[in-house]
Amino acid sequence: MIPELGQFALVLAALVAFMQSTVPLVGAARGNSRWMAVGSSAAILQCVLILLAFAILAYEHIVSDFTVENVVENSFAAMPLLYKITGVWGNHEGSMLLWVTILAIYGMLIALFGSNLPRGLKARVLAVQGMIGLGFLGFILATSDPFNRLLDPPADGQGLNPLLQDPGLAFHPPFLYLGYVGFSVAFSFAVAALIEGRVDPAWARWVRPWTLAAWSALTLGVAMGSWWAYYTLGWGGWWGWDPVENASLMPWLAGTALLHSAIVVEKRDALKSWTILLSILTFSLSLIGTFLVRSGLTTSVHSFALDPARGIFVLGLLVAATGGALTLYAIRAPSLKMGGLFQPISREGGLVLNNLLLTTMCATVFIGTLYPMFLNALTGKTVSVGPPFFNATFLPLAVPLVLALGVGAMLPWKRGDLIGALGRLKFAAAASLIIALAVYYLHSGGPVLAIPALICAVWLVGSAIAEVADRIRLFVIPFSHSMARAAALPRAAWGMTLAHAGLGVMVAGMTGTALWTEERIQAMAPGDSVELAGYQVQLKSVGPVQGPNYDAERATFVVTDKGQYVATLAAERRTVHPQEQAVTNIGIRTNFFADIYAAVGEPDPAKPGAYVTRLYHHPLVPWIWVGAVIMVLGGIVSLTDRRLRIGAPSRRMANMPEALPAE
Amino acid sequence: MRRLIFIVPILVFVGLTIYFATPLLRGTDPSLIPSPLIDKPVPAFELPPLPGYQKGLSSGDLKGQVQIVNIFASWCIPCRAEAPALMTLKNMNIPIQGINQKDKPADALEYLKELGDPYVSIGMDIDRKVSIDWGAYGAPETFIVDAEGRIRYKQAAPITQDDIDNTIVPLINKLRAGK
Repeated sequence: MIPELGQFALVLAALVAFMQSTVPLVGAARGNSRWMAVGSSAAILQCVLILLAFAILAYEHIVSDFTVENVVENSFAAMPLLYKITGVWGNHEGSMLLWVTILAIYGMLIALFGSNLPRGLKARVLAVQGMIGLGFLGFILATSDPFNRLLDPPADGQGLNPLLQDPGLAFHPPFLYLGYVGFSVAFSFAVAALIEGRVDPAWARWVRPWTLAAWSALTLGVAMGSWWAYYTLGWGGWWGWDPVENASLMPWLAGTALLHSAIVVEKRDALKSWTILLSILTFSLSLIGTFLVRSGLTTSVHSFALDPARGIFVLGLLVAATGGALTLYAIRAPSLKMGGLFQPISREGGLVLNNLLLTTMCATVFIGTLYPMFLNALTGKTVSVGPPFFNATFLPLAVPLVLALGVGAMLPWKRGDLIGALGRLKFAAAASLIIALAVYYLHSGGPVLAIPALICAVWLVGSAIAEVADRIRLFVIPFSHSMARAAALPRAAWGMTLAHAGLGVMVAGMTGTALWTEERIQAMAPGDSVELAGYQVQLKSVGPVQGPNYDAERATFVVTDKGQYVATLAAERRTVHPQEQAVTNIGIRTNFFADIYAAVGEPDPAKPGAYVTRLYHHPLVPWIWVGAVIMVLGGIVSLTDRRLRIGAPSRRMANMPEALPAE
Repeated sequence: MRRLIFIVPILVFVGLTIYFATPLLRGTDPSLIPSPLIDKPVPAFELPPLPGYQKGLSSGDLKGQVQIVNIFASWCIPCRAEAPALMTLKNMNIPIQGINQKDKPADALEYLKELGDPYVSIGMDIDRKVSIDWGAYGAPETFIVDAEGRIRYKQAAPITQDDIDNTIVPLINKLRAGK
């Protein structure tokens, strides 16, 4: 009875979504305020119904109701409670339900917090949200019913995919979807603006916080996914250019571009139709991300839905959403008024360069991810485009982006002085060179490529600091005056500084792990020792251990530095029940500057008593995720900016000069 | 002229969609991952029998006539789903050899008792090594092996009546007719 209730709630939610997508739209066209107001009530009701359905599915998983197919396939009575809960979205049906749940929550938030939006715009935005909701609810009800019952229920379930029984991956999908789905808000605003035929700074001020929130969540989601890959897959890689990873990187790149171009619309009333296009593209890439994972077009460890019927449905949704929005764009965008003019060397110019580079990077990833599929579609050949392609195309675009970032942030709006900006960055430039060379020297060499890479990393942090120092006129005016200026800086400015510096920390981490990693792969018997990056790593023992739902062989390593004890690492090779799937569980010792990483493999047939062990020394690798967290903090700090809380200026005021200091 | 620029995105999108839709609409099922072992001889192996059975399964058994090799396990729900289809094939006098993957012998015997035993003989692949040699990703997977002991077809999904009527039986008839 309870699962049927969940299904019924979804059907009702679909009906409500249909109302939400039609009535307010007609109301806005006719100027009927009652019809427009339906949008808010429908959005709230839809959210309540979908939350109910989600809660019911979660309940079924928690009580292990094995009459429900979804629970049988993804749960197991003896599984820890945490994974029973996260197992709700660790499968196709549940993850799609999570998708619409998050969409409905965003819809409700627009309804609740959008009271300062013009009624017509709000009605149209909610209508577009309703259409997306209707499409995905239809998808769930038609092809992916999570509440399907089994006539002949088994005694126990099959358990959750053991790779997903991990805290890093358990919370990766919710954040990823918060990001993916969050971009739907920018999309809905873009479509609504196209219907209205009007984009102005007030519009950008409403769009930016939603985009910023979505971007922060997506950053965290992608970082979690990469962290998970690093510590579970057992080869110490944090990014494999896997199609599913790329699927999350593309909306991130486009969303980052959108975040920056929306600033130009807000501050300078320029780049309007480009920002609209980016909003459409960013959400479309999120849909493509969903499509790639859900259609089974990619063969990758992540893809757990291999069902062409679903693929066709998601493709249909993508065509309707993106095709519809782009058609509207082709018709309406030319009539949007052109905005403020600017010189190429200016803050706007810098942001245009940022956008060009980011979208080109995104296109590169797009081609590299989809080219193999094109080829497969056209010739039936299967090829794999690996890291070499991405390293050769992505990095040459990333370097100018990083270098220009520091300069662009120094330029004023409208017309800038490149020489002056560079002059104010001379300390940051000198610092990057000196620190990069010093680190390179202290690390006693390594690939020469490490020097430019480190320069980029230090430059990002240094120029971010230099920008703040310049604003508060540090060491130019008395220190206490500088501090007063610092306190008065808008939160958005601090957010930018944090995000840019976080990127620098991240680049340092990538550099360290890409260029200075040491690895040792060998057969070791208990008692054997190996030298790794100046440490001695000894395999102490290998023995069986039992976990709640697995049996394992645990290898214990002791790390010493010139006889001094450093750490004990425990690595396991687990066989998880009931799937009998082998999972590696690695041992990591981190001191923030480097990780020592140990994994144990199969017994070596050639050497009795010995096991294949893989030992890695990854310098600076934790900085990748520390950097990502700093970037997310930047996003959050920026979200708390006062001007976003007090809402947008009225449209009549929007054409007046900005009262706030230009950033 | 300026208007034309705004039409570019939708044109690009339509082009991409046509490219994308082709494999899906053509009905290429991504679960039919082409096996690099197609047209290659079966890997050499020898598997022990289930307790109480006379004979296991080895590569030598796969010569002389066209046969089906089916990888199954008692813990695999899709295998249960395809069990009736295997019985249908058995009743059509098509010999089926079984590879029992990563199973506890007692569970496997229980499974055969419950769902019927369509297999000529069964080899126990407890550590999954042989399944890996066959290029199997999981269970169920089904192969058609010709009289010379070469793999001619692989399906990495449960067998349906549709597969039997349109793929498996026509291919077996063709192979039996000699090539």
